Amino acid sequence: MDRQDKYSVDADEMSDSSPSLADPQKEANEPSSPVARFGPDTPLLMDCGVVLNRWQIAYQTYGELNAAKSNAILVCHALTGDQYVASRNPITGKGGWWTSMIGPGKPIDTDRFFVICANVIGGCTGTTGPASLNPETRKPWGLSFPVVTIRDMVRAQAALVDSLGIETLFCVAGGSMGGMQVLQWAASYPTRVFSALPLATGAKHSAQNIAFHEVGRQAVMADPDWRQGRYLEEGTRPAKGLSVARMGAHITYLSEQALHRKFGRKLQDREAPTFSFDADFQVESYLRHQGLSFVERFDANSYLYVTRAMDYFDLADDHDGVLARAFTGTKTRFCVASFTSDWLFPTADSRAIVHALNAAGASVSFVELESDKGHDAFLLEEPNLFATTRGFIGAAARARGI
Amino acid sequence: MALSDNNTNRIDLKLVAEMVQPHTRVLDVGCGDGALLALLAETRDVDARGIELSREGVADCVARGLSVIQGDADTDLADYPDDSFDYVILSQTIQATRNPRLVLEQMLRIGRHAIVSFPNFGHWRMRGQVFFQGRMPVTDALPYSWWDTPNIHFCTIRDFVALCDVVGAKKERAVALDAAGGKVGVNAPWWFWNLFGAQAVFLLKRG
Repeated sequence: MDRQDKYSVDADEMSDSSPSLADPQKEANEPSSPVARFGPDTPLLMDCGVVLNRWQIAYQTYGELNAAKSNAILVCHALTGDQYVASRNPITGKGGWWTSMIGPGKPIDTDRFFVICANVIGGCTGTTGPASLNPETRKPWGLSFPVVTIRDMVRAQAALVDSLGIETLFCVAGGSMGGMQVLQWAASYPTRVFSALPLATGAKHSAQNIAFHEVGRQAVMADPDWRQGRYLEEGTRPAKGLSVARMGAHITYLSEQALHRKFGRKLQDREAPTFSFDADFQVESYLRHQGLSFVERFDANSYLYVTRAMDYFDLADDHDGVLARAFTGTKTRFCVASFTSDWLFPTADSRAIVHALNAAGASVSFVELESDKGHDAFLLEEPNLFATTRGFIGAAARARGI
Repeated sequence: MALSDNNTNRIDLKLVAEMVQPHTRVLDVGCGDGALLALLAETRDVDARGIELSREGVADCVARGLSVIQGDADTDLADYPDDSFDYVILSQTIQATRNPRLVLEQMLRIGRHAIVSFPNFGHWRMRGQVFFQGRMPVTDALPYSWWDTPNIHFCTIRDFVALCDVVGAKKERAVALDAAGGKVGVNAPWWFWNLFGAQAVFLLKRG
């Protein structure tokens, strides 16, 4: 679900293996990126009823904000993404997770637009979350951190956008959990979103997706080193549990065709099966690698929180069960896209969004893009996605006069 | 659009565009690569939206900056509220729908006006091919053989007029074009149009 973990060996080889990698625990509190800090005068009112009086949001920006402040694009990251959308992640040393989409001359062109990407509330790369220190106890929040929703993430981003002096975002864009945030932005702040680009996403999390997330959470919690969520205080790390969670989740981001094309039944560095439970198959070795590299950069409790946020997301439920009411009277221009081989957020999920937008009379484009790369396609080299994004952003920019 | 991209077709688009008042809201059902939408956006300054069945067509449209969704005229018009558009256009598409009557009824419901253009199966060349050769007609404008055509519900101009009466549509304007794209005599009777019109364009509204 994020570029750092995609299965291209090239990307791994490109990674910066110099020893100057940042400590994840330090980054959770004092990130290398800019951070906006809020006090009791700007509390974060959360859906669960908790009021966060001291909180912070870490972010990155690219490009220049114009004088009219009309060219800002907010990019919302997916489940285990971060603010480093188009620049080096200090924890992994790897490049940004959406550099194919964002940069000078790219479909989201940083020569024209001011791109903002913030770590979500509940995340672990500098925005307040379970890995952050609770200012009252001076200990990590752990499971005492309030449960986060997609709407909470969007509220926190809105406070950041306020602090940057931006009234209306030219575009809010994102895939998967990022797409959920895009939809929530359009529903919560319709006049502040000129255009919206929700990709490979849904207006609610399906039962199947909740089920996958629950398996992942149970894997984390079954690890004895999880210590009821107090591993940071006790100096342990539920690496095995989180790794298994990631391995399971990673399968859902791919497709049968992609796995077959990449690995098939090929064996890993051996001529014959070993008649053991070693990683005989390349696909096993690959998944183990994905799990291991994930635990180096991601906080286990944060994983529980962000998966829960997706599970709770049901935009129609907030509007008497009628999704179209989330978008009543909206002037926002939408472009929705799905991928043929995405079974985590299948095209039917995108169609439900489009039907609701049509019923609300909204301006909407929708295209199902041909790809065999599964859910992760939105992060990968997909020329059709780039052409769609370029066309949509270009037309919206003309309408906006930028 | 289930027609070849010939010159007559472009004249047909211009004729449709002329029927649309500027600064209105338009939905083009079966918008193909977006040629009519682009023409409308450029020349009539309309809020132009489209529906297209083919993935390639939609991708082309969105890449051109047009507001188009991938969808099916037979099923997806039901999502739109009443009177959501000033014009709903069905350009050279009605013969490819599964349920032309339902599609026309939906168009009249969601649009204040409906514009329908279609190839006339009563044209003398069509009749001639059936009559003299005993074969299903294949023409420049309708180049498909019967076994691979997307066009499953052909009608003549008179058939379409009858459908308008069945669904209670009021004909505000009707134009027939000959094979060269010229207008067939404006005051000519229906039988004349039905014989010499290669295609027809109707501007309709709820009766």
